[in-house]
Amino acid sequence: MIVFLLYVAIFAAAFGLYRVWERKRHHLHDFASLKTVTFGDESAVSPNRFASVISIIALFGIWGAFTGSAITPLHVPGPFVGDTSFTYTARNAAGETDDATVFMRVYRVGEDVPLPETSADQPGFAVDDALKIGAWRSALARPHENDIGGEDDGYSIIAIDGQPIAPDGTVRFSDGEVTMTSKGSLSIKPDKGWQMEPIWLPAPEAVVSRLVEIANDGYKNVSLWNHLGSSLGRVVAGFVIGSIIGIPLGYAMGLSNWFRGWFDPIVEFMRPVPPLALIPLIIIWFGIGEQGKVILLFLAALWIMTISARAGVSGVRISKVHAAYSLGASKWQILRHVIVPNSLPEIFTGARVAMGVCWGTVVAAELVAADRGAGMMIVNASKFQLTDIVILGIILIGIIGYGIDILMRMAEKWLVPWKGRG
Amino acid sequence: MGNLVIDDLSMRFDLPNGGSVQALKNVSLELAKGELLAVLGPSGCGKTTLLNIVAGFLAPTDGKVTLNGKTVTGPGPERGMVFQQGALFEWMNVRRNISFGPDMAGRPAAETRPVVENLLRTVGLQDFGDKMIYELSGGMQQRVALARCLANDPDVILMDEPLGALDALTREKMQGLVLKLWKETGKTIILITHSVEEALLLGERLLVMAPRPGRIHKEYNLPFAEMGVGRDLRLVKKEREFAERREEILGMIWDMEEEIMGRQEETA
Repeated sequence: MIVFLLYVAIFAAAFGLYRVWERKRHHLHDFASLKTVTFGDESAVSPNRFASVISIIALFGIWGAFTGSAITPLHVPGPFVGDTSFTYTARNAAGETDDATVFMRVYRVGEDVPLPETSADQPGFAVDDALKIGAWRSALARPHENDIGGEDDGYSIIAIDGQPIAPDGTVRFSDGEVTMTSKGSLSIKPDKGWQMEPIWLPAPEAVVSRLVEIANDGYKNVSLWNHLGSSLGRVVAGFVIGSIIGIPLGYAMGLSNWFRGWFDPIVEFMRPVPPLALIPLIIIWFGIGEQGKVILLFLAALWIMTISARAGVSGVRISKVHAAYSLGASKWQILRHVIVPNSLPEIFTGARVAMGVCWGTVVAAELVAADRGAGMMIVNASKFQLTDIVILGIILIGIIGYGIDILMRMAEKWLVPWKGRG
Repeated sequence: MGNLVIDDLSMRFDLPNGGSVQALKNVSLELAKGELLAVLGPSGCGKTTLLNIVAGFLAPTDGKVTLNGKTVTGPGPERGMVFQQGALFEWMNVRRNISFGPDMAGRPAAETRPVVENLLRTVGLQDFGDKMIYELSGGMQQRVALARCLANDPDVILMDEPLGALDALTREKMQGLVLKLWKETGKTIILITHSVEEALLLGERLLVMAPRPGRIHKEYNLPFAEMGVGRDLRLVKKEREFAERREEILGMIWDMEEEIMGRQEETA
């Protein structure tokens, strides 16, 4: 909630500052800037690149601020780390009271620290205690165990730093909270601050250093490139096989009544079935190996490519076909020189969708079962609470998915420049 | 010989509800080589059906079409077609569009190239040969369509409202181009149009068709096409006879439209 409010605040502040700065800037008199009506004119709206850059910086800034990262100068308060203490007052069976101190050393988990020292000179029946507590953790102190007469009936702790306490009561000391259990022990919780613990959300640089580590040493005896490459390889194999069968099938459905009638029920039935729903069946039939995954991706790509090829054929203007016939072209020439090139824009649209679906499906399939792959990497890491690897995997999956789409769009621009201009 | 004979053509479509539509009834017509016939009529008079039968895209229910003594049974390169718009191949540049017919016939590129260059000049696109179709304006695209048809050297050119989608100024220019090409190539041309003015300007012969059933209503032999060759077409339009004919034919088509509307009101 705090994070969300902070994000909204950054958004508003950046927007306001940008507006002020823009008003002072020399204006470009391009066509869009001279429009008097821009609200409601979709063509006058283009992504503001300043906003995109600030947005990304803000995301990393918030991430860094809430994880105590080295890349951001400002942090929200972190957990208490260091030495602290509180004094407790105990009453023994005889009704006398005495004070002693609990010394605590709060350290970052993973570091090796000694126990804090206590003074050797202990005048009364209450004896000082020493504790080590990991940051974000809590610890149970049993002051009565070393107090003289601490195990006797009638012994109890009655105050912390002068504040009275009873079983199940809670009081604050300088750097945290103490709760007395019903048995008279003290549960100590040093302040956690607002930062996230690395096992929930690691700092950005932790993810980067994990990337370097995995890139060099691999994960689960398989190199990072092998993990990502095998995911990509499955996608490409499934997509290519799906296209090789789906596109001619789509053409046949677009050109022949019989093919259309025969395959229509199959295609229309299979199209709305999400590929993820096929995973259990694929595992039963083909196991969890490479073959099953490629078949799953083949099925994911097949229907999309079939339907886009069919739409491409159906979308050809009859006047183009008539023109080609009256210019003396044969059926095969019309297929090759008119119908196929005319359907390419549709097929490319389908290919972009199919690649996106395949990429999503392969990750999901690897989450279920795989010996390597991006999805396997994150699901395996999540079992060991290696959150940095999980986040790293998600980022890499996103980057690759985005990269695939950019590549497809570039190929489309290059191969079918006439798209949308027919 | 060298002529197109349309012999007692009838066309009836069956409708899914059991009825039928008589699109053409007993249409007969003979065109000598080099004649330019304009076909005019209200919507639904079967003029496009007539053209599609001549082109070979439709088979008539009765009658036949013969070209140079051979009966038409399907589309063929001896009957070229120019469409209203969108019939060019936008994945090819202008040159490859024009050479499509010869290329499909397997004629060597060396033989086709001079023909294409010549046609580019004829239609005024000599600087646009390497442009893609989507880079051209509508008028230029129709110039390419005309050149593509001529590259195949057909005996008859069938034009289905080729200038229908153009703006008025471009249209006027293109009408001059059609006349010029007709005169220079001596092709037999059938031109379908909605515009009375265009039919009068371009049609050496003019066929007015009537709807339900589609039939020939009246035929004219006109002097304006000859007059217009190489001249400013606006001068032709100023002729008194031109204005009289226009009024006469407009009135004729008005009456037909009124009749259709009236009949629809009766049934409704």
